[in-house]
Amino acid sequence: MSTDAVTPATPASPAEPAAPPILVAQGITKRFGGLIAVNDVTFDIPARSIVSLIGPNGAGKTTFFNMLTGLIRPTEGRILLDGKNITRSRPDVITARGVARTFQNIRLFGAMSATENVMIGHHSRMKAGIFGAIARPPWVLKEERAVVERARELLDYVGLRRADFGRLATQLPYGDQRRVEIARALASEPRLLLLDEPTAGMNPQESAALSAFIRRIRDDLKLTILLIEHDMKVVMGVSERVTVLNYGSKLAEGAPADVRANPAVIEAYLGKEG
Amino acid sequence: MSELMAQLREWRAAVERLIPPWWSRALAAVLLVIGVILPFLTGSSSGFLNGTIVAVAYAVMSLGLNVVVGMAGLLDLGYVAFYAFGAYCVGWFGSGFFFGVRVHVGVSSVANTLAGIHLNFVLILVAAVIVCAVAGMIIGLPTLRLRGDYIAIVTLAFGEIIGVLAVNGQSISVGGGMTLTAGNLGISAVDAPWFPGSGSFGLLDLRPWYWLIFGILLIVLFVNLRVRDSRLGRAWVALREDEVAAVSMGIPLVKTKLMAYAIGAAFGGMAGAFFGAYFTEVNAGQFAFGFSIFIVAMVVVGGIGSIWGALAGGLLLGYINNYLIPDVLNNLPSKFGLNFQLTSVSFGIFGFLLVLVMTVRPQGLFPERRRRLELTGEVTAQDAELGSEPKGQA
Repeated sequence: MSTDAVTPATPASPAEPAAPPILVAQGITKRFGGLIAVNDVTFDIPARSIVSLIGPNGAGKTTFFNMLTGLIRPTEGRILLDGKNITRSRPDVITARGVARTFQNIRLFGAMSATENVMIGHHSRMKAGIFGAIARPPWVLKEERAVVERARELLDYVGLRRADFGRLATQLPYGDQRRVEIARALASEPRLLLLDEPTAGMNPQESAALSAFIRRIRDDLKLTILLIEHDMKVVMGVSERVTVLNYGSKLAEGAPADVRANPAVIEAYLGKEG
Repeated sequence: MSELMAQLREWRAAVERLIPPWWSRALAAVLLVIGVILPFLTGSSSGFLNGTIVAVAYAVMSLGLNVVVGMAGLLDLGYVAFYAFGAYCVGWFGSGFFFGVRVHVGVSSVANTLAGIHLNFVLILVAAVIVCAVAGMIIGLPTLRLRGDYIAIVTLAFGEIIGVLAVNGQSISVGGGMTLTAGNLGISAVDAPWFPGSGSFGLLDLRPWYWLIFGILLIVLFVNLRVRDSRLGRAWVALREDEVAAVSMGIPLVKTKLMAYAIGAAFGGMAGAFFGAYFTEVNAGQFAFGFSIFIVAMVVVGGIGSIWGALAGGLLLGYINNYLIPDVLNNLPSKFGLNFQLTSVSFGIFGFLLVLVMTVRPQGLFPERRRRLELTGEVTAQDAELGSEPKGQA
């Protein structure tokens, strides 16, 4: 694993103590018919931070994620990325603007090798169109070689064995599939990375390793990370701020230790005592 | 049983190790040479050459549909529409059908004197490509929000609409006493292609026709191979595999899908234009729904998503349909004292073949490398290069 193999996606600006938020969500509401999945959630993510979104099953975390990435549109509210409105933007446009994600249930492209999966992540940073593909001028060949190179660097970075680069992604062990998914997201050169339950199905050692890795990604690539996570050990260990959703509404927000001590949060997770 | 399979697999691997790495290129070169000199090995107007010409044109269509169905995973059951558009381009721009106008561009001295629009065949091909690409995008638009079977229904309906339009086009006036199509009467006396210095495209000597469609096939094959190993080709596979993940990774859904429809349709249009000229007639009866299914069958038999499979499937079904059944085996039943001709049961034969292929080799004759990997889980040295380096030469 080489830490310096990957260059930052955007030129590093000097880190300031009070970084402006990279993403702001204002009054986000999503109704599916009569069901209110997300209810008036206001939320921001400071640049270069690691923020976690937690809550019991069905609290609306993934719905919230899907709205941030443009897969579904909020019924009400605005989402601003770097101050620009992306509420109604298409998912591929949002990706091109610097937001990448992974999925709760891994969604790799089954018929593609690990390398090709990561190459897809780089799609929005490439230029070749149909005529470039047919004529294949030197700049297209160069671009193709560069994207393969880049994909391999990223797979190296996330710690996939080189022998597995050419294997079909879905034939890799579960943990490796998670790595490939993270590499694929990183290939789009995001500034904001959304991880949807990255430690699901992992044992405690693997989870601990992943926590360390998440922090390393942030520091190496100078990006911002939003995490949905059930594993409290990971959440408390890695996050700088935790937001709790319950029944679609924001229940609590703050530093991990404060949230852990919050009676409302304990009640939501464990039920009322007595 | 499984031991036997393992043994077979081992033998196959051993054989594959013996084959030098340049064999596929050598094979391609040999096939190319055979393809070029084929007309000299057979009579210049033989039934075999006629069958070959039609089979090669089928292969062009099969390669076109494979882009949509195989690579991008959009089941198109109305592909015959692009055959129609391509053929009508010849009818409109290469005959006396629009008798009220006189336009001549690069045609033979004979055609130069005739009324109507007479363009050089190359220009007609270009027109067919453009018309079909646009038509492909139009049919694509309503299917963008759909998946799987629902796409098949919409495209099927589109194919039917075009078919009905072709039949009833004789009642649609375009002014000056001229109509849009000639319906089931057909637009006939379509110009034969003409190039400066080319041989005559007639019925007595089929060789120029063969080289023309062979040239078209080579172009289509080249474009197919180049696009498959490109950013666009990868995007199609990604969309086919998981649409949600693909758009989340930055692939524009609308643009990428419409591109697949447009390219697939353009190839169908080229084959359609060729057929229009070759049959010297553009008749609405040619564009039946059954033909769409026939082209899908070519892709499926060859191996969905595989370029070489689509080529083989198109050639195979083309030969069976246009040479083997009508020319070679047609009188076979009478030799057994049966009173029918084989052509009258050709659909039964195709049905049987399809069932046979799907039972014995469901992945098709030459399955796409990706699908083979998925089915068997085997990874050979060559497969490990999937997505490694773009190949310099297809």
